[in-house]
Amino acid sequence: MKKRVMTAAIAALTLGMTGCGEPESKGIDPKIYTDSLFAVMKADRTNYTKLVVKRLGPAGADVIKPAEHWKDLDNGTLLPAQMFRAGAEAVAEMTDDFTYSLQSIWPINSQNAPKTPMEKEGLEYIGANPGENFYGEETLGDTTYFTAVYPDVAVSDACTVCHNEHKDSPKTDFQLGEIMGGVVIRVPL
Amino acid sequence: MKAINWIAWITLTLALAVYFGFLLFKAEDKSPLLIGEASHGHFQIELACSSCHLDAFGGGEVIQNACVDCHGDDLEMAHDSHPRKKFTDPRNADLLEVIDARQCISCHTEHQQEQTRAMGVTVPDDYCYHCHQDIGDNRESHKDLPFESCASAGCHNYHDNRALYEDFLVEHADAPWLNAVAALAQPSSASYHASALAKKASPAAEQWQSVSIAKQQQHPQIVAEWLASSHQLQGVDCIGCHVSSDAWVEKPGLDQCQTCHQGETATYLEGKHGMRLAVGLDAMMPKQSQMDFHPNASDQAQGCNSCHSSHSFDTQKAAFESCLSCHADEHSLAYPESPHGQLTQRALNGEQPWNEAVTCATCHMPRLLEKQHGSVSKGKPSMDFGSSINEALLAKLSASGEDVRVGVMHNQNLNLRPNEKMIRPVCMSCHSLEFSIDALADENLIKNNFSGKPEQHIESIDWATKRAMQ
Repeated sequence: MKKRVMTAAIAALTLGMTGCGEPESKGIDPKIYTDSLFAVMKADRTNYTKLVVKRLGPAGADVIKPAEHWKDLDNGTLLPAQMFRAGAEAVAEMTDDFTYSLQSIWPINSQNAPKTPMEKEGLEYIGANPGENFYGEETLGDTTYFTAVYPDVAVSDACTVCHNEHKDSPKTDFQLGEIMGGVVIRVPL
Repeated sequence: MKAINWIAWITLTLALAVYFGFLLFKAEDKSPLLIGEASHGHFQIELACSSCHLDAFGGGEVIQNACVDCHGDDLEMAHDSHPRKKFTDPRNADLLEVIDARQCISCHTEHQQEQTRAMGVTVPDDYCYHCHQDIGDNRESHKDLPFESCASAGCHNYHDNRALYEDFLVEHADAPWLNAVAALAQPSSASYHASALAKKASPAAEQWQSVSIAKQQQHPQIVAEWLASSHQLQGVDCIGCHVSSDAWVEKPGLDQCQTCHQGETATYLEGKHGMRLAVGLDAMMPKQSQMDFHPNASDQAQGCNSCHSSHSFDTQKAAFESCLSCHADEHSLAYPESPHGQLTQRALNGEQPWNEAVTCATCHMPRLLEKQHGSVSKGKPSMDFGSSINEALLAKLSASGEDVRVGVMHNQNLNLRPNEKMIRPVCMSCHSLEFSIDALADENLIKNNFSGKPEQHIESIDWATKRAMQ
């Protein structure tokens, strides 16, 4: 009898504890996570290019000077690609939950060419498949990452003119709406 | 026998624990704990261990925080070309295995005197290769150049390229080697003495008036010196400096000076003259340095009054005489006969205005624009290190309605290493970029204090203009 009571008590306690437990956390799908991050990045990048650089720069009101060495100029401001990188660097100082970078097969600065095999594969894929993104997993150092590559499209002639005329640009015939590079977002798994 | 061994072992262990415990927590001289001599940048404070080892626990981040704490502002001011944030992306993981560029000590390892070279660098000089090995393939001018020459030939700098980047080289090409001598702008004084004047007007000041008057009667020579000083002109009297926390201070020092001269003292404490004081050690004396000094200056403890003689506070004297009273290296000894020294002599003779003299301070303690809207960091205003501020620039800025303040950078080391840091804020006030680059790359010319023309030519401007023309 005593043994039966004990067994019933343990079973009741176990059931009770199970009832108190939190439902198992499923977490956000890495693809939805990186897609969402990219949506914010793309919106900000497009707005900066069109609403700030194009509108207030030399092609507009001409009150700001977007330039690579903007710190050296009165009213100097960051080029759209620098603005994007400044954001990536500022994020890196706040969190290591994700990182992102802007890369291209035709970079003005060779340091922004794809480096890892997956970056190369991703940039080639989005170039060959307009409108599609690239997703994969890669291990860098001792960490495995979910890596997503999104197309970076020329949204303004400010992008194409600058790249086509730059002395270090390997490609000089970019057209408006063309894929100029890719945004690589990494999430450690 | 076994018991004796145990007793001896325990005794020895306890003795060592007491010895090292005493060294760690009590002893003033911690030199037995040093694992090696510190570099030229840090040897003065090598016994103030906690300046860098901020915490006994923790990894490389502790040291990294210490580096950034002292050098972070300067790197930001220098538009650092290789900030840590450029390397944190995991795509750099393979590169970081070779050199972990996220940590200062990867290239500037301390206490490794035998492998420490110029700029405190402790990695082989061809470090640029690891990331930029493609440069020879992509740029004809760089083909076959040895990688150890990138940062040592006057062309590039790892951190500070403000005077060396390509567009800047092109923009300043083809200029005459010498322009008119720039007239230095007067440092601002408007807010310096506010604290001293407030002291003078406080109710407590009245009780010190009688002391002050008695002292003046005892020291007529001092009164005469003060009457000719800038302090007298600004209304800062004996009480302004000699009264502190309701007590008469017989020999005012840094503590009193910094109540009004925040910018000067804050930057002074960052330089080689004041860095020991900044970490709570005794003042620096020339005999502690390996540089060449006049023997009679060996024991001269450094403080504000070492250069700015008390009561007269003669800034002309402080600008070169004070320096030359201690420094006796080749560069300093050659100064009086050098073109710069001769300009100073002409100014002293009254043949040209004093603000056109080129003194030691003109180059090593440049006058800079204090940013009104910049951050105030560690009690000092943020300074614009882009160019030394001269009368013409000051007039231009003032005419545009800007609230301009001019400060004197008292960290004489800020633009000294690597010396290309001097090009924009100093040399280019009077000289062309090309001459400045060539002159600063010529070691003999530096030794003779720029008496003559550079014997070698750095081709970076030629290469940059050629590429721009293509």
